[in-house]
Amino acid sequence: MKLKPEDLNKIRDKMKATARLRVAEGKAVVNVHLGTCGIASGAREILHAFVEEVEKSGSQDVIVTTSGCAGLCKREPMVTVELPGQPPVKYVDLTPEKVARIFAEHVLGGKIVKEFALAVGSERLG
Amino acid sequence: MEDLSLHVLDVVDNCIAAGASRVQVEVCEDARSDRLTIRVADNGRGMSRRDLRRAMDPLFTTKAGKTVGLGLSLFAQAARESGGGMEVESRPGCGTAVQAVFGLSHVDRKPLGDLERTMRLLRASHPEIEFEYKHTVGDEEDKHETQA
Repeated sequence: MKLKPEDLNKIRDKMKATARLRVAEGKAVVNVHLGTCGIASGAREILHAFVEEVEKSGSQDVIVTTSGCAGLCKREPMVTVELPGQPPVKYVDLTPEKVARIFAEHVLGGKIVKEFALAVGSERLG
Repeated sequence: MEDLSLHVLDVVDNCIAAGASRVQVEVCEDARSDRLTIRVADNGRGMSRRDLRRAMDPLFTTKAGKTVGLGLSLFAQAARESGGGMEVESRPGCGTAVQAVFGLSHVDRKPLGDLERTMRLLRASHPEIEFEYKHTVGDEEDKHETQA
């Protein structure tokens, strides 16, 4: 079979996605939603706060990344925190002060900060 | 959006969503022509001619489950309000370039904001992408090299 340049691009995109998953294996992933709505609501400061917390803690087991709009624009800024082997938890209406607590209690401590989480109780939390 | 560094973050978020592995951000402040130019170019999947024609329409998006796409239209509006405008070039499979021109001294031109922070956070949260940032003011060049 002869490969075309567009086939190579498809393979590259597919492999990049799996490489990212492999990197995330066994680590906590903090995903800051950076849609237009999120950025307009202060998501950059939330991202900054998480990056600072990771640097301060010196932890190698936390990945901070970004994605687009999560579909609930009026509750932005939002993040999704996913610990290894646990379902993801979405936090809404965030401020840098809330980030400090979420990082200490959930990301490092493994305990969900229920008062900032979206719909705790309507989803199975492990 | 309060400042242009937030618009840049928003446009780069599109580059990331387009699967780019390389993103270039160029900012040029030219007092002689009274123009501020911001160009964001990526090597992502690009857009078809049909999508490109509608890219600045706030009621158009290619994202699944969404009905609006405000990012580019807000950036274009910010440019127009300062007497400038925005252009988008794109080729499927090759990438997309967004270039916005602003009136540098125009009273309605939004401040640049903290571009350094925008770039630093993009690099920290997407180490898999190569970001190149160049900010030119008049004849002085303040070049920030790529970080893997």
